[in-house]
Amino acid sequence: MSERAPLDLDAIRARLADADGPAYWRGLEELSATDEFRDFLAHEFPENADQWGGDGVNRRRFLQLMSASFALAGLSACTRQPEEKIVPYIDQPEELVPGKPLFFATALSWRGYAVPVLVESHMGRPTKIEGNPQHPAFPAGGTDAFTQASILNLYDPARAQVVSHAGTIASWESLISALAPVLQAQAASGGAGFRILSGATTSPTLAAQMKDLLARFPQARWDRWDAIPRDAVRAGAQAAFGAPVAARYRFDRADAILSLDGDFLAGNPASVRYAADFASGRRIRRDRVKLSRMYAAESSPSLEGAVADHRIALRPGGVGDLARAVASAVGVASGSNAPLSAAAARFAAAAAKDLGAHRGASLVVAGEGQPPEVHALAHRMNHALGNVGATVELTDSVEVDPVPSLDSLRRLVEEMQAGSVELLVVVGGNPVFDAPADLDFRKALAKVRESVRLGFWEDETSEWCRWNVPMTHALETWSDLRAFDGTVTIAQPLIAPLYQGKSVHELVAVLAGSPDRTSHDLVKDYWRSQRPGLDFDAFWKRSIHDGFVAESGLPARNLAPSAAAANAVAAPSAPGGLDLVFRPDPTLWDGEWANNGWMQELPKPLTRLTWDNAALLSPATAARLGLASEDVVALSAGGRSVKAPVLVVPGHPDDVVTAHLGYGRRRVGAVGRGTGFDAYHLRVSAALSGASGATIAKTGAAWPLASTQLHQTMDGRSLVRAASLAKFRENPAFAREAGEDPAKDETLYKPAPLPLPASDPAWGMAIDLNTCIGCAACVVACQAENNSPVVGKEQVIRGREMHWLRIDRYYQGGLENPKTYFEPVLCMHCENAPCEVVCPVGATVHSPEGLNEMIYNRCVGTRYCSNNCPYKVRRFNFLQFADATTPSLKLMRNPNVTVRSRGVMEKCTYCVQRISSVRIESEKRGSPIRDGEIKTACQQACPAGAIVFGNIHDRESAVAAMKAEPLNYGLLTELNTRPRTTYLAKVWNPNPEIGGEA
Amino acid sequence: MTEIPEKTASLSGGPVLEPGHTYRSVTEKISSIALARRTPKEWWIGFGVSFLLMMLLLGAVGHLFMKGIGVWGLNIPVGWGFDITNFVWWVGIGHAGTLISAILLLLRQEWRTSINRFAEAMTLFAVACAGLFPLIHLGRPWVFYFLFPYPDTMRLWPQFRSPLVWDVFAVSTYATVSLLFWFVGLLPDLATLRDRAKRRPAKIVYGILAMGWRGSATHWHRYETAYLLLAGLATPLVVSVHTVVSFDFATSVIPGWHTTIFPPYFVAGAIYSGFAMVLTLSIPLRAFYGLEDFITMRHLENMAKVLIATGLIVAYGYAAELFMAWYGGNPYEQFLVKNRAFGPYWPAYWSLILCNIVAGQLLWFKRIRTRPWVLWGIAIVINVGMWLERYVIIVVSLTRDFMPSIWRSFHGSRWDWATFVGSIGLFLSLLFLFIRFLPVISIAEMRSLVDETEGREE
Repeated sequence: MSERAPLDLDAIRARLADADGPAYWRGLEELSATDEFRDFLAHEFPENADQWGGDGVNRRRFLQLMSASFALAGLSACTRQPEEKIVPYIDQPEELVPGKPLFFATALSWRGYAVPVLVESHMGRPTKIEGNPQHPAFPAGGTDAFTQASILNLYDPARAQVVSHAGTIASWESLISALAPVLQAQAASGGAGFRILSGATTSPTLAAQMKDLLARFPQARWDRWDAIPRDAVRAGAQAAFGAPVAARYRFDRADAILSLDGDFLAGNPASVRYAADFASGRRIRRDRVKLSRMYAAESSPSLEGAVADHRIALRPGGVGDLARAVASAVGVASGSNAPLSAAAARFAAAAAKDLGAHRGASLVVAGEGQPPEVHALAHRMNHALGNVGATVELTDSVEVDPVPSLDSLRRLVEEMQAGSVELLVVVGGNPVFDAPADLDFRKALAKVRESVRLGFWEDETSEWCRWNVPMTHALETWSDLRAFDGTVTIAQPLIAPLYQGKSVHELVAVLAGSPDRTSHDLVKDYWRSQRPGLDFDAFWKRSIHDGFVAESGLPARNLAPSAAAANAVAAPSAPGGLDLVFRPDPTLWDGEWANNGWMQELPKPLTRLTWDNAALLSPATAARLGLASEDVVALSAGGRSVKAPVLVVPGHPDDVVTAHLGYGRRRVGAVGRGTGFDAYHLRVSAALSGASGATIAKTGAAWPLASTQLHQTMDGRSLVRAASLAKFRENPAFAREAGEDPAKDETLYKPAPLPLPASDPAWGMAIDLNTCIGCAACVVACQAENNSPVVGKEQVIRGREMHWLRIDRYYQGGLENPKTYFEPVLCMHCENAPCEVVCPVGATVHSPEGLNEMIYNRCVGTRYCSNNCPYKVRRFNFLQFADATTPSLKLMRNPNVTVRSRGVMEKCTYCVQRISSVRIESEKRGSPIRDGEIKTACQQACPAGAIVFGNIHDRESAVAAMKAEPLNYGLLTELNTRPRTTYLAKVWNPNPEIGGEA
Repeated sequence: MTEIPEKTASLSGGPVLEPGHTYRSVTEKISSIALARRTPKEWWIGFGVSFLLMMLLLGAVGHLFMKGIGVWGLNIPVGWGFDITNFVWWVGIGHAGTLISAILLLLRQEWRTSINRFAEAMTLFAVACAGLFPLIHLGRPWVFYFLFPYPDTMRLWPQFRSPLVWDVFAVSTYATVSLLFWFVGLLPDLATLRDRAKRRPAKIVYGILAMGWRGSATHWHRYETAYLLLAGLATPLVVSVHTVVSFDFATSVIPGWHTTIFPPYFVAGAIYSGFAMVLTLSIPLRAFYGLEDFITMRHLENMAKVLIATGLIVAYGYAAELFMAWYGGNPYEQFLVKNRAFGPYWPAYWSLILCNIVAGQLLWFKRIRTRPWVLWGIAIVINVGMWLERYVIIVVSLTRDFMPSIWRSFHGSRWDWATFVGSIGLFLSLLFLFIRFLPVISIAEMRSLVDETEGREE
């Protein structure tokens, strides 16, 4: 290349001075009119194209080629794109700044109870759901996994979308006009043939609407059915107190807890609160060396058993036997006592002694699967232990008009079969799928003259109803609900219904003869009637803004249980036969979530199973029956039989088989199709929570199960470090001493100079294994926040799930009753990150603030970083996993996080988008980022507050305090990775009288 | 001929060219293979099968590019499986060619003469196969050029701390030098073919490739100088390429990879597998084309002896791994060793021990060394063993590293196998074309051996 001549500025000035008119120039080189520039022009601009000959393509050839291309290109442009006018905002909506999310308080519904939430909305699209920490019932915020996954339901393309009548598309108006004569006829008969079936609800507006409706149709009835009924809880309270009293527990005040098949940490309407309270009793710090102690007796492995200091696995009836033994030991008459096994007797005696030693600070909790007698017994024990008013608060029922739902459904089905039901309105639920098999709801439904279904999905029930109305998502409508403590949330919509959805309020309004009333009017008018006065608007705005109605919680009542002992003893288990235990599925619940890919792919906390349910068996029982995991068996009970794959679960009680309900859906969207087996088929009304005398027969077939964790033990590696409280007192630094942590300067290389002063933030995270309950809310929160794709069962089997955050579950000890450990593992953001040095293109690099960052655009996909990651937290897009085509899912995406294409590596970023947005705010206001101002998605979702993120340079920060704890340790620090994510070791609080040191 | 000249009396006795050959007979014999008017039916069959396998590779790679890496059996934690195993295997195979051509040339081991040409060709084709895998194993192969230091407006540069970048340079240098070395060595023979070709197209093609070679003394002088220089350039590559490849593993933190013995152990393994491949190819070749006079028993024996030597170094490498696992006291290393031998992949591990160590010991016996087809069988076994060795190092180490929660097995999918078998098809196709159209043995160098065997034409 020839050297360029220096610019002759004087000549340029002279030329500019000579020029006539405006002279446009492309650069100083042009003005200088040098020879090089003329040559450059000659080659660069098309008018000189005919001189390109020297490059091998002459002008003629060029035109030949291009004309062919243009001609071909024209072929694809034969259809004219429709003209569409876009309309800009004329008045910018207040507070709407493009690119900045808004948060609205509202509530989702969980089993009829409010789940108060804050919803993040980007330009009118709700994208993420968080807990509402201002809500009095959930002061710690946090959510469960279902709440996180609810946003996917909103955008699910498989939602019911149109009103239909007998399989053909209809309209809301046609439904109204078609119903008018039917309702008129019913009005004449007082509604004798008019029935409404819904799940339990706490909505005050709906209660008022129902009251009105039933006043118009005095012979009509509002029946209730929940696939996972809380009948036993209600009946137990009824037996103890003579009224369906609701109990709420204060685990934070309890020092000794006995869980009888308890299920308070997951699935309960108060689980998020209970998890937080339970965690506060398990949080061990330098200045608070104190732990609650939990005893769990259970007939199926659960989170409660996993976190309990002492756990005993019993057959379902055995839990009641144990409860009676404990009751008589704490001074509650419990009728005849069945003999206990030696282990159970020791357990019961120790638990009873411990409970008695903590009067007023102990707690007995029974699970929904236990019969009413055990619930009543638990109430009596709490009363006898002085816990009522301390760890137990009794209130009036939160549910509207609580009725035993099995009785309610049974009566309805009888009427339907008798043909006396002329109009049946099914609100939500899915009774055709989940009603007790012996009632045969589907056949009864066929005898109903007119059936109307308000349903979120096109499911088994909508298939058999004549009218189908799509139901709105909770984020699409106004409503109101009570949380477990009675506090009302007025739920506001964040988006207009995506389809023709209608809310339950609107449907009931139609039935009540006022079809033009909107949900908004119905809810607002109800509350106006409740709050007469001038300040209603202020009240309304305040309540909606805050996400709850102030002071609407139900007051605690001081009640004493009746002394009458329920002497019913559970029928002894049939010898030789198996006890079948039904449990709601940990991720699909009653089956409603079957089409939610996030929940399908969420590993079930204990089994790590995805996309399927299985017949869970203990190792000993499986060995006795000659079964192994993935064997397909015929599972029979009461003359009914289903085929189910076996999964052997350590710690499962012997001679018990657990079947999770909710799988095996027959009519469901593409996601849920072909997953699992239908355990409802075995469930009859006489045995809703389980049956005895079940049998298992091997079929010889096999069904592959997709588990995300194939090795269950730590193999002697100190990945989770644990000790008993006594050992911790002896040596608080046991966890740190179990590993090797090389000094910072222990390197052959010069330590990289820290590019930032110590006053700038250094991000780090600490995870408290003592408070983690393994609920997996963090996993779904991460998936929702970071646009992580769902990969499907086959890809999970191949080991390609895309969760950036996984919860490792390790067992320790024998197969019969091992200790269970949960360990959330995400990117450690190592200061000496092994992944960074091996990336050939620098696609993963370190930020000055200590983040290990992925640059997707730069990634070529060698996967070397993942190979070299000792924690294996990196995830690779082996295929095009992200759904780039479904329009509704595009709306759901977090606009601040790239949707990754195939062939790139990805991993936890510590939610760098959240860090950035807070950093921008802090720079705008000119003050440093406050501790706690940034919350990662996992941290925000964690109900137990186990995950803490922040600036480790800030000595006052919560994360720095945690890292200074003696329990703090890093994973695999001996590799000198210097992880920024560290853990607080697990401390158990075993009762020396039972033994079984951790 | 009673006595072998001293400079050819290396390694073992026996002639490197059977006596009785003249310049003419050597030239005729070798050039006739390339110039034959009629292609043998057997060639067509061999090439046809190879070509079909090559098409399988094309299909497999096409499918891979359409769908993504997920068509292979890879997962997290096993991010590398057949792809890098094949890469290391093919690169290793190439090494024998370079060793024979360069190091043995510099050491004046003249027995190399009759095998160097196709050993070099084998190197080239093996490197071509090897080079394919790093390219197609990328998640986004269309941005492969990110690995090269090219000027771009964002001033992005490869990350030179990564051994993969070193690989790019090592393998591309190796490919370039191997190609040049092979081509320069071919020049006099191409001229011979040009001169002997009867048909005009052949004359033109060989003529162009011969680049005006006339056989003048100046040509020969420059040729010898260039050839020697290239040999000098290629010599460090014999050691460096596989050393760099071994760095892919040795610089990592993964137990089973993080081992300082890897560079010498990989180089020895490469030469081991390379010589095994030369034997695998040369024994059928000499039998089919009747080249027993040129590729004599002495060649085969010498190569067998190289196998023993390098095989023992490899065995030492295995022993060193076991020893260090015990001596180092690192529980992860100890687990790894146990897992290799007794974990789910035990058949692969014990097969490789059987193939690479036990089978090689048979070569101590002269009776075995002098039976070409037995030797051929052993060579095949060693080829398999060396593939398994890389598989065990790469895959088995990844399946179970530090955190048991994420341990997971790997099994090649049918696309993995298709790509692997297809790459053999590519290799064989190129080799068949080479055999058909180029002199498989250096005519020029063989002529100089004629001198030594006193078979000079009157």
